Amino acid sequence: MEFFIQQVINGLTLGGLYALIALGYTMVYGIIQLINFAHGEFFAAGGYMGVILLSFLAAHGYMETHPWFCLFGALLLTMGYCAMLAMAVEKVAYKPLRYASRLSVLLSALGMSIFLQNGLMLTQGVYDKAYPTEFTHGGLDFGLITFSYMQILIVAVTIALLLGLNALVFRTRIGTAMRATAQDKVMSSLVGINSNRIISTTFAIGAALAAAAGIMIGLYYGSVRYDMGFVPGIKAFAAAVLGGIGNITGAMVGGLIIGMVEIFAAGYLSSEYKDVWAFIILIAVLYFMPTGIMGENVDDTRV
Amino acid sequence: MSTTLGSRKVWLYWAAGMAWFYLLLWPLMGIGADGAVSFADSLAVWGYVAAASAALLALRQLHARGAFAAVTSPLARGLAGAKTGMDKVPPAVWWSLALCIAAALPFGSGRYVQDVAINVLIYICLGLGLNVVIGLCGLLDLGYIAFYGVGAYTYALLSIHYAMPFWMALPVAAALAAVAGCIIGYPTLRMRGDYLAIVTLGFGEIVRLILNNWMALTNGPNGILGIRPPTAWWPSFEGTFGFELIQMKKLTALYFVILGLTVLTTIAVHRLNFSRIGRAWEAIREDETAAELMGVNTFRLKLLAYATGAVFGGLAGAFFAARMRFVSPESFTFIESAMVLAMVVLGGMGSIPGVMLGALALVALPEVFRQFELYRMLAFGGAMTVMMLFRPKGLWPAKRFGARSEEMD
Repeated sequence: MEFFIQQVINGLTLGGLYALIALGYTMVYGIIQLINFAHGEFFAAGGYMGVILLSFLAAHGYMETHPWFCLFGALLLTMGYCAMLAMAVEKVAYKPLRYASRLSVLLSALGMSIFLQNGLMLTQGVYDKAYPTEFTHGGLDFGLITFSYMQILIVAVTIALLLGLNALVFRTRIGTAMRATAQDKVMSSLVGINSNRIISTTFAIGAALAAAAGIMIGLYYGSVRYDMGFVPGIKAFAAAVLGGIGNITGAMVGGLIIGMVEIFAAGYLSSEYKDVWAFIILIAVLYFMPTGIMGENVDDTRV
Repeated sequence: MSTTLGSRKVWLYWAAGMAWFYLLLWPLMGIGADGAVSFADSLAVWGYVAAASAALLALRQLHARGAFAAVTSPLARGLAGAKTGMDKVPPAVWWSLALCIAAALPFGSGRYVQDVAINVLIYICLGLGLNVVIGLCGLLDLGYIAFYGVGAYTYALLSIHYAMPFWMALPVAAALAAVAGCIIGYPTLRMRGDYLAIVTLGFGEIVRLILNNWMALTNGPNGILGIRPPTAWWPSFEGTFGFELIQMKKLTALYFVILGLTVLTTIAVHRLNFSRIGRAWEAIREDETAAELMGVNTFRLKLLAYATGAVFGGLAGAFFAARMRFVSPESFTFIESAMVLAMVVLGGMGSIPGVMLGALALVALPEVFRQFELYRMLAFGGAMTVMMLFRPKGLWPAKRFGARSEEMD
């Protein structure tokens, strides 16, 4: 039983992180119907910015005196950095192809993904980079179950970001504009919405969320690697599809489900094949229920 | 400067872009793990990029104003003249010429050249196989390397457990790859476009994970050693005249095996392209709904395209296993899929000479620029995006490629 509860906690942590990445996929797909292959790389870049900033702060001794303050500062800077990166990628690789065939954009995205991944490798090295985690060790001990501070932080930050995003999308002017652009690009531009700016903003928000997930995964596992964006990227995409692509609440639910399934499959079935489950879910969902759990109807260009 | 090199606005955009780029570059290069902050490295890299992009932009601006008309227009006329001249010669002549050069290559060249040439030919086979799926049928397959892996492991296992000769294992490898193609294709081919891409990516990963984790069958990450090379009956004149069975360990012999496979693949893909099936595939690529309305059984033909592509991948894989005499899951990662895809895209989707050119460029160029080995994948990724931006039909575009496929869906 303790094992079960511990697994639920682990699944929640991982699922929340997948949900954060999945949101970027689903928002971008909702607005320009593109699978942004480079999204996994935004996540990896977030992980790297996290390790760079935190090592910098640790080397200057700030991590020892104000660890939590440093963490939040690094989190915000990282999110800003990845938002800038995403806007640059969108401007260079996607915007000129807005009216080209879907295959061209997809290949351009794939090219960007390979480019960014190798850019990270060239500037930061092939080997794993370790996070300075010694300042944030420890956790709450409830007898047989432990809830580490990192897990608490991850769950708290994830919930805060998800609530913030919901508020942004459903309560603000820019969120309304985003939803309008996703629904009908021509119509929304006729009523005065600058769709290019909205698309750029969508990329920035999605990448910022992925960056937050990247820094938290780095803190959770203790290290980052240049190719870490690939597999979580596919899993998060599976989560977005599971929830119904284009649907923000769906992506959150889908992320949690994928995280839970992965943790339980690793715990009770076989840890070697834990990466397979997300793909199997993805294929099963696309085959039997292509609209996902909460998706609307999809037209034949998507499925 | 602004008057000769185009409007000031273009240069303002360029400056903003470069400033943005430096902001992105500096944190990655300028902050050391020990807390030291430096600007020299990042400024050097930034300087190269800025200078190169400024030069390219200036050239582009000058070209747009017709500053090079004195050079480019005679050049373009000359090229057009050469092209019409070359078109008068039937393509069969060019193909036989290419084949003669390819056949003569191993004589008088060293091991290194032969090794690179074998690699080029393997990738041509793979590229032509993927070309059937993506170039003819328009299905983006990101897990293509899985079939290569299936072919390689099929021959590897048959060779070490049952000592099956290469030539007998070749059809088995092709058949198993086709079966794998159908297994993967059946649930996924009802999807279109981008969903298919991500699902095939997932399948490619599943195959790699199975190869990596099924210790009993595949020996996991350690791979399989001791695969036999292909054999051949060779006339022997020692004593009485007869034929003896030799193992083809020499690179020259292996080169001719893969050259034969490449010729076979090329002919097969060419014949398919200009058959009823090929026309149906192209119809699906241009507009699937319209093709279906015209009576094309889209599901069966898509499955057929997938299986055909898989067969060529499987053949190339079996040869790869026989040539390296060692296989491990390392050789079948997503990067390999991306590389084959890059060849097809760079050369021109749906164009057989284009795919060959792409494979030649992507295998031979990195050999030439050995000292920039580290930047290979960076350049691949960048080249893929740049090709899509400026020349989406590839270096050697296919003749039959509808206008519609470049329009917005």
